[in-house]
Parts: sequence; structure tokens; C-alpha cells
Amino acid sequence: MNGITATAAKYSPSESLNDDVVKAMRSDGTLDPSNDPRISRELAVSLYEAMVRIRMLDERLVALQRQGRIGFHIGSYGEEAAILGSAAALRPNDWLFPCYREFGAALWRGMSLESYLNNMFGNANDPAKGRQMPDHYTCKAAKFTSISSPIGTQITQAVGFAWGAKSQKEDLVTLTYFGEGATSSNEFHNGMNFAAVFKTPTVMFCRNNGWAISVPSEKQTASATFAVKGVAYGMPSVRVDGNDIFAVIKVTRDAILRAAAGFGPTLIEALTYRMSGHSTSDDPKAYRPDDAVVEWGKRDPLMRFRKHLEMNGLWNEAKQVELDARVDAEIRDAITVAEKVAPPALETMFEDVYESVPWHLREQCAEMVAGPRAKGHGGH
Amino acid sequence: MPQMNMVQAINDGLRLEMRRDSRVVLLGEDVGKVGGVFRVTQGLFDEFGDSRVVDTPLSEGGIVGCAIGMALYGLVPVPEIQFSDFIFPAYDQIVSELAKYRYRSGGEYSCKVVIRTPVGGGIRGGHYHSQSPESLFIHVAGLKVVCPSNAYDAKGLLLASIRDPDPVLFFEPKRIYRAAKGDVPDGDYTVEIGKAAVVREGKDVTVIAWGAMLYEAIAAADEAAANGVDCEVLDLRTLWPVDIDAIVESVKKTGRVVVVHEAPKTCGFGAELVALINEKAFLHLEAPPMRVTGFDTPFPYTLEMEYLPLAHRILPAVMQTAQF
Repeated sequence: MNGITATAAKYSPSESLNDDVVKAMRSDGTLDPSNDPRISRELAVSLYEAMVRIRMLDERLVALQRQGRIGFHIGSYGEEAAILGSAAALRPNDWLFPCYREFGAALWRGMSLESYLNNMFGNANDPAKGRQMPDHYTCKAAKFTSISSPIGTQITQAVGFAWGAKSQKEDLVTLTYFGEGATSSNEFHNGMNFAAVFKTPTVMFCRNNGWAISVPSEKQTASATFAVKGVAYGMPSVRVDGNDIFAVIKVTRDAILRAAAGFGPTLIEALTYRMSGHSTSDDPKAYRPDDAVVEWGKRDPLMRFRKHLEMNGLWNEAKQVELDARVDAEIRDAITVAEKVAPPALETMFEDVYESVPWHLREQCAEMVAGPRAKGHGGH
Repeated sequence: MPQMNMVQAINDGLRLEMRRDSRVVLLGEDVGKVGGVFRVTQGLFDEFGDSRVVDTPLSEGGIVGCAIGMALYGLVPVPEIQFSDFIFPAYDQIVSELAKYRYRSGGEYSCKVVIRTPVGGGIRGGHYHSQSPESLFIHVAGLKVVCPSNAYDAKGLLLASIRDPDPVLFFEPKRIYRAAKGDVPDGDYTVEIGKAAVVREGKDVTVIAWGAMLYEAIAAADEAAANGVDCEVLDLRTLWPVDIDAIVESVKKTGRVVVVHEAPKTCGFGAELVALINEKAFLHLEAPPMRVTGFDTPFPYTLEMEYLPLAHRILPAVMQTAQF
């Protein structure tokens, strides 16, 4: 493979069929024994249910944004297998350094639906206390760090965290998510380089979803693939069919075990597709041909997972109907509760800038509280 | 009590804290075997080893980004940025991440990181080894900014910074790294963050300075005294959160104030100090507050002594303010 000098081809679903891409699920739904992660039936079913849940959440949150009830949503439609498969491969002590599209991983790791929705409404119970946009939550209990919008910054932090754990001889791996667009960022370079030089126990999980807002993946790099970037850093890398949850679990688990054994970081390029816009603020019709969506839709991760479960007798239409109704009710009930929670108290704007509130913020807080209220924010 | 210069005092503080707290780690370019280009970390690599004193690849963003991750893990990283002129590749990590982590996570996480970095001119370092970017960090909500002027304060403020729960930018005035000598206690002590020092009492004009320019302010005050003007000189020590009480108290006494800093004038920290003085002590002022600063040009090489706000430029401002 002359990956260094080759020009990237236009990204298409057929790419995930290439020989260099790890696949587990065959088109008939059976698993290739060499890449089968051999997860239990119970885990397979609960992962499928979790995938359905985050897809339904996505649909519901987009609707809420269109109705003006929340300000924003950035979803994972089409990328559920890459996100849940990688999160499911983590061991309990491992940590996640997310991008902003992995709420499925946070929920899988234990963040409550209530907490997530409180962030969507920016209310008084929001873990981020209404200080960040929707989908910028935090959940330490899930070993999931705080989300920021700048691209790639979490990559170096994941390396530093793992480096710290390694120095304390704690058996812990960090996994950081980023899109293929982030491979153009400073911190991708810094993180890859520091991780490889110091052999930190880190998994670099690149969701190649084809798009960085409107810029296609072939315009992010002249390399033949994103995985090939690992070569120059001295880091092993692997491409995986990101819409094949079994293959994702397999390669992520291998990378985690490799890191935990002291062999350092791995770059994973998961080939998947962003089936929605970048976020609710984006309309992909302006730049994306519909036929690409149709083609990628044929490789939909939920559809493929369900086919596998059905042929193994683990799933059927009756179960699907029951699950859809149950999850729909759960989401609607949780939204009803979160929407009624008041906004954060005024004073909270000035807290947590520092551990204690210094004189200038005390002054500014008093001035704001005593002053007139802005219109249209309600609750005060 | 031993005599130390600032380099020795900071080194002593780092060693003391690394012995006391095994979570403290140093990382940066050339901080390990060679002990830093200014030798501030000299000997620490030999005592604490390469897992606690780490020579990193040449990337400020990588250094600070990794330090943030280490802090989230529970270590106490003290990264060095070799010159504050080179801090800008790390600016995104400092501004968007380090400063915001506590706030944006609703207090769930925090980043206890002390970034040490040499600052200031007068060493024939040209544009890229001389700048004073403090106001670019003071402006960022969530950071504390410290700049000692002497060996005693350098050690005490460093220990206070490392034990502080918030991220601290620790600016070390490199022009006086070796020149500023003084008594430094061997053992443990701290200098409280947020407290200025009145280094010379006076009744006519308040001169506010910090870092290397403190000595220029004192020199100007000595000359002013010979001309019958009695200056009070304030060493801010902590730039943010600034000791507003000390400033207001002094300005209420003198009614006249001159602020001195190396950084360019426009939007320099002096602008904020003058605004605060106007807000809090306007009716006590007898003259317009004045600023003696670097100029709004890039930092020059050959003409650096004309650029810096040295005593020869401070004195006329003091006299003008006194005679207003």
C-alpha cells in the first residue's frame, strides 16, 4: 500500500468492504469467527436496545429543536455502532475523552437519561449548570470528561490522563473520540506524537463519518486513509467497518488490551457515515448528494445488527414493537420532567470560575442580581 | 538564612514541593537532563527521575494539553513553557480548556496546573524572547496570574500556586532571574496569592509595578525623593485576582498614581488598573492616572532599552503627576 503519497479517494460505502478493513458481520448476518469478539447474547441484546434508544433520542431531540423547545442538538444518526461498540469494549476502570457526538457512550457508561436531558434544556439540574450548549455535558460517574467545542483538544488531554495513570502504575486506558476532521487539528498531531513517544495507554478512536460540517473527508487529507497517519508517528493503526458493532468491539478491545499490556497507543479509523446534518444548525442538502445517503443507508448499523440478532433467534418484530413503545415512553416522560425544571439561579453564573468566588466576581454578581432582568428568559 | 537568586529560589521551591507531594510532576522542553535553558529545574531530574521531570517533544500545545490530562487524573503538573513568547501554540488549551474546565463541567472537574514561564525583556532577546503577554491571560476568566519580583516571593508564591486549587500562570521575570538576590528560608512557607506588597511607603504618588519593572519604579522613586516627591511603591506580586484593596488604600492616601509595565500600552494591564482606580477611588484622585509602558510596537531588539519603561521614563511621569 502506497498510503503516504496516494491521494484519498472519494469516500463511499464500498470502502468499508476493502480487504484492509476489519469486518465481523457478513452480509447474511453471520459472524466471521476470526473477528468475532464473542460477546454474550445478553450484552448483544442490550447493545442493540441501547442503539435503538439513542437513535430514537436523536429523532426526538431534532423534533424538539424544530419546535423551539431546545436550542440545539448534535446527534449520532448512522454512527451508533462505532460509538456504542467502542464504549462497550472499555473496562470499568477506563476513561472516555469525548468529542461532542457520543452521548450514546455516556449513556452506556451510566449517565442517566435525566441528566442528559437536563443538559439539553440547560436547566438548574444540568450537570453543566446551564453554562454550555446542549450536548456539552459532563459525567464523572461514567468516567466521561467534560465536552468542549474546539476540535481535537481532548486528544492531548486523553494522552496526559493515561500518562498520569501509567506513572502511578494504575491499570487504566483512555479512549478519545474525534472525527476525521480533527485529524487536521494541532492537537491530533500533538496527541499522536506524545502518546507514541511516551507509550501512553490510549486508544485514538477516529470516527470517519465522511464529513466535517460541509467539508468531505477527502478534503481533510491527501493520505489514502486516516489510519495511515499512525505510521509516521510510530503508532499501529487499524481500519474497521464502523457500522459493524462486532468488528468495532473487536478492534477496540484489542487496542485496549494492547495499551493495558504496556504496548502503547493505537489509532482506530472507524468507517461510518453521518446520516444527518452536522447538527440541527446545519442543512446538508446544500452540499451533500442524496444518493450517498441512500447508499450508506443500505449499510445502516441498526439494520445490520438486527439482522444478526434475528437470525440467531435473539430478536423479532414483537420485541421491536415492545422496545419502540417502551423507549418512546421513557424518552417522552423524561423530556416532560426536564422541561419543567427551572433555569439555574442567577448567582450560579459566577460560581466555578474559580474554586471560591473572588472579589471582582462577587461585585459583578451583586451588580447583576440587583440590576434589571433580561426579557425572554423567564423564571426570575 | 541562605541567600538565593530567583532561579535558585524557584528551584528550591520545586524541590521542596516535589519531596512533599509525590503528585507534582514537571514537564517541558529541556527541563530534564539539562535542567531548563535557564537552569531553573537543575538537579531535579537526577533526584526525581524521568517520570517526574519529563523532557517533552517540542510542542507547547502538547505540553499543556497533556498537563491538563494529568491534572484531571489527579497529578499536579507544573509545565514549563521555555519563553512566554512561545506560549501561543498552547493558547487554545489554556483559554478553552484549562481555564474553563471547572466552570463548563459545573464544578465536576478542575485542573490544578501551574504553568511556569519566563517573561519580559532587557536580555537582548529580541521580539521572540522578550514579550510580556500577561494581559492576554488576565483577560481569560478562570486563570490566576502571578509575577514575583524577588527570590523570597518567587518561592513563596510558587508554593502557594502549586497548592492553589485553580490554574495559575506563573510568570518569572527573566531579566532579574539572577540579579534579584535575597534571604530565602530553607523550609516551607507560602506567600498568599492575591496580596500586593508595599515595598516603599510614601505620601505623594503611588507607583504600581511588578516583576523586573519594580526595580525601575524603586529607582525612579529614589530620584523623585531627591526632587522632593515622596513615592509609595506597590509590588502587585499577583496580577489576577489583583489586590484591589491595597491599590485603593494607597491611592486614597496619595491621590496620584503611575502604573508601570513592559507590555504594550493599549489594553495592557495598566488600562484595567486605571479603570479600576477610576471606579473605586475617583473622588480621591488629584491628577489623571498615568501609564508608563512598552510601546504599541512589536518588542524591538537594538532599541529595547528605549522600549522598556525604565526609571528614566518613570521619573518624568511621577514628577508630572505630582505637579499636576
